Order: sequence, then C-alpha cells, then structure tokens
Amino acid sequence: MTPQTQPAPAPSPTQATAGTRRGRRPSLGAVALYPATFLALLVVAWFAVTTTGLVQPYIIPSPVDTWKAFTDNPEYLWGHTLVTTGETLAGFVIAAVVGVLVAVLMVYSPTLEKTFYPLILFAQVIPKIAIAPLFVVWLGFGASPKVLVAVLMAFFPVVISGISGLRSVDPELLELTSTMGASRIKTFWKVRFPAALPELLSGLKVAATLAVTGAVVGEFVGANSGLGFVILQANGNIDTAMLFAALIIMSALGVLLFAIIQVAETLLIPWHASRRNRG
Amino acid sequence: MFARTADRARDGAGSEPPAEQGPMVDIHGVDVTFRTKDRTVHALSGIDLTIQHGEFLSIAGPSGCGKSTLLRVIAGLTATSAGGVTLRGTPVEGPRRDVGFVFQRAALLDWRNARDNILFQAEMRGLPKAWARRRTDELMEMTGLTGFEKAMPFELSGGMQQRVSLCRALLHEPDVLLMDEPFGALDALTRENMNVELRRIWEDTGMTVVLVTHSVAEAVYLASRSVVMGPRPGRVIEEFDIAIHGHREYEPTLENPEFQRVTARIRELLGSTATAD
Ligand SMILES: Nc1ncnc2c1ncn2[C@@H]1O[C@H](COP(=O)(O)OP(=O)(O)OP(=O)(O)O)[C@@H](O)[C@H]1O
Ligand SMILES: [Mg+2]
Repeated sequence: MTPQTQPAPAPSPTQATAGTRRGRRPSLGAVALYPATFLALLVVAWFAVTTTGLVQPYIIPSPVDTWKAFTDNPEYLWGHTLVTTGETLAGFVIAAVVGVLVAVLMVYSPTLEKTFYPLILFAQVIPKIAIAPLFVVWLGFGASPKVLVAVLMAFFPVVISGISGLRSVDPELLELTSTMGASRIKTFWKVRFPAALPELLSGLKVAATLAVTGAVVGEFVGANSGLGFVILQANGNIDTAMLFAALIIMSALGVLLFAIIQVAETLLIPWHASRRNRG
Repeated sequence: MFARTADRARDGAGSEPPAEQGPMVDIHGVDVTFRTKDRTVHALSGIDLTIQHGEFLSIAGPSGCGKSTLLRVIAGLTATSAGGVTLRGTPVEGPRRDVGFVFQRAALLDWRNARDNILFQAEMRGLPKAWARRRTDELMEMTGLTGFEKAMPFELSGGMQQRVSLCRALLHEPDVLLMDEPFGALDALTRENMNVELRRIWEDTGMTVVLVTHSVAEAVYLASRSVVMGPRPGRVIEEFDIAIHGHREYEPTLENPEFQRVTARIRELLGSTATAD
C-alpha cells in the first residue's frame, strides 16, 4: 500500500468546468446536416421521376405542382392546418395531464393499478380508426370526437412512460428521504417526479406524434374541416398535388411538436445521460 | 470547526430531549426473517449489541451475513421479527430522523449539483436555510470539495460523489452516522484517503459511527470496536476492542502490533470468505 496520510488533492475546479462542456449539445446545423442532405437528394429523385414522365402526375405530382398547391391555396391550407393543430394540441395536452395523473395514481396504489391497467391496455389495442365512427355518433361532427381520438392515441405512451419513470427512482433515495422525515408530497416533488422526467419526456415525444395521427384519423371519419378533410377531398378530386401538400403539413406538424418537447427536454433535464453523451 | 453548536437545537433531530445517559444504540435479541415466495431467510438471529455515545463501531463479515440488515434495523428501515432496538433511549419503530445514512452507492440526485445535493437534507427536514448553507460550506471544505459546489454528480469522481453523500449525511448533525460499505466501490488509494478523512472527522467530532465493511483493514483502522458476523443465520461471532487510542496516522497504525493482532484474528475468523486486502 502506498503511504498516504493526507486527503487526496482534489482535482482543480477548472476541470469540473471542462466537464460541463460534455453537456453542451451539438448545434442545430450539425443536427440538421445529414437529414437535410438526404432530403435534398430525395427531392432531386422526386424531380427526376416526375419530370421525365416515368410516373404519371396523378400518382406522384411533381415538386413544382406540389409547391403550386401550397401557393395557390394558402388560406385554404392554413385554415385547415389551424383546425388540425388545435385538435392535436388539445388532445396532446389532455392526454399528457390525464396520463401523468393516472400514472401517479397507479404507482401509489396497487389496487388502482390492478383495476385500471388491463382496461387501459384494452383501450390501447382497440384500433382507433374502428372506434372513431362511434365517437362521431356520440359527440357529433365538431372538434370533440377528433380530440378524443387524439387523446386515446397519445394517452398510452404517457401512462406507460410515466409509470416506468416514477418506478425508476433509486429505492435507496426513497429510503434516504424516509430518514429525513419528509412528507410523501415533498418526496414526490423533490425526488420521484424529477427522476421520472427523462422517461416521461420520451413518452411525451411519442405521444405528440400520435396526437397528430389521432386528430387526422378523427377527421377522416366525419369532418368538414382539418387536414384529414383536405386529404379526403383531394383524394376525391384526384388532386394528388393537394394531397401531398396536406401530407407534408401533417408531418411538419408532428415534427414541430416533437422538436418543442425536445427543446423542453434540454431545459428541464440537462443532467440526463442521453443528452450528456450525445455528440 | 465541527463542534456541536447551539444551532443544533433548531435541528429536527436535536429537538428531541437529549438522552446522554445510557447507550446510544441498544440492540436486544433482534431476529430478522425474510419470507419470499420460494424461501425463508433467517437474516439475523439473536443479535445483542450495545453501542456507546461517541463510539466508532465497525461490522465485518462475509457477504450475506446480514450486515446491511443490521444497519437498516438500527435506522428503522427494516422491521425486526423479534427483539428490538433503542436509539437514544427511544424504541425504533420506523425510519428514524436522528440518523445519517450513507449507502454503498452515493445515491445522489442526478439533477442537483454537489452543494444542492447536500442541502437536500436540510430542505427535506425544513432546517433554517442560512444555517444549512453555512454548514454545507463548512462540510465541503472539511471534505475537500471546495470549488466543486456547482459540479453535477456526473462530473464528480466516485470518491467525490461519496464525499458529497457523506456531507449530506452529516449536515443535520445526526446522533449516529450509519454507513453501509461506503467506500466499497472506490479504488484502493481513494479508499485509504477516505478512511483517513473519516477517522479525522470522527476524532474531531466524537460522534457515534457504525460502519459496515468488507475490508478488515478498514474495519480495524477506523473503529474503536469491531464486530465480526457470521452467516446462516446472521449472528455476532466475536467482538474486538481495538486498543489504539488517540489520533491514528495511517501508515503507523497499520504497523501497530495491536492493529496486526486484531486484523490477523478477524481474517482467521472470516477464513477465505473475507476479501483479502
Ligand atoms: N428485502 C429482503 N428480502 C428478502 N431477503 C433479503 C432482503 N434483504 C436481505 N435479504 C437476505 O438477507 C440476508 C442478509 O442480507 P444482507 O444484505 O444484510 O447481507 P450483507 O451482510 O449486507 O451482505 P453483503 O456484504 O453482500 O452486502 C441475505 O441472504 C439476503 O438475501
Ligand atoms: Mg450489505
């Protein structure tokens, strides 16, 4: 053994600051470079197959036609996009709030979990497209059946990630807090909830993209507005350019929501490993 | 620097009447049996142990002999099947607030920096903020963490994380510091440094410490008394008073005949089950 009677000299604080650099995220440019390049290639290929007449325009419209669908009908598309965005956001927010509450209740009460978990699973496996007409019968043609389908789709990942997040807390930490005489509420807010955030936020990301799908599925079944309605109309008119335009907006909506939660993640859990080790 | 101050009266643990008479911890006839689906484990059997005020007791023994269980019983984290524990004169009936607990893994909150991890103890107990901050700074200085207040747990080495955990356990000036293999995950050199630090803290403060360890050298270097446990069922095999008084320098203590006599006896008792070091 080495003679050692003094405490180890602590590494200098500057090293710790250097350590935080690991936590810095790669810039947006670096993140976007690869997908942007791929997207550019895809558009080139799209040009190639449509302008050479390899594929008929009613099967795949040319990029120019698709662009024109945007520029010729800006108000029409914008209006319907707002409708779908509203339904999606409402569905997502309701699913997030209710989902987290249900997850908390199930983690704290085994009885509630035993009672409701099978039912939630059951609700999840019902194909939403099959149940949507029922919601229209119940709730009419307004926004509510669409919101409800969005909630149903987005709810499950929130509950599942919430439960597993809340359970992921180090049991020793909970024992430690029990020797601190802290209330269960304090323990929840200071230990359990922050520990659950990483998993919960991944669940919310999945939920956000599903909420878009849910809203559009709801619109398919019975609507006179929204991107789902635009797609049905364009389909009826064999207006593939408009159909493509609506599809692009839908994807953009999903990606935007996803990105917002991603940003929330960097603000809420900068300490989390998946962020730390990236790049 | 570390003497118990008048501030202590404001501490949650200190608000109970002091019980200076009698032992700090009194364990009498403790049995613990765990029943799981496929087997019953008799983790502790007939444990009788008294720990005096200001004593540093180490518990050594092979894996699975119930060392952690015994420590948890003292803290009120595990219920006894028979017998009982009195801590500062009051029976242990549930998790106790008047202890400081250090786990094998540092068990820090990933989302808080080093300083806030220590202050966590004060927040949960509702201790006065200004007092807690002052004391945190003192503790961080004492354990060589000054300059790392803002460092997040993942930016700290294993030894530093364990020091933060130690500071957290000391913040509220607990009556008993309970440590479950706190240095088990550290490399040999860091472990020695931590041993020296812990011994110095104990010498300075005179608090009561119970330390569970796999390392015979650690058990003997640090403690004023060492208990050796045996497995199946977990019980105390033998106790050793370690008659090396006053300040213990690391190397000289290792060469002290008393140290060598006790470690040799404990190694003999543990046979091949103990970690050689
Ligand atoms: N919660 C529990 N449920 C069931 N059995 C348990 C539980 N906790 C401990 N045991 C059993 O009790 C026995 C003693 O465990 P304990 O953790 O106290 O041993 P230990 O001496 O600390 O071992 P190690 O040195 O490996 O940490 C073991 O056989 C273990 O499997
Ligand atoms: Mg153990």
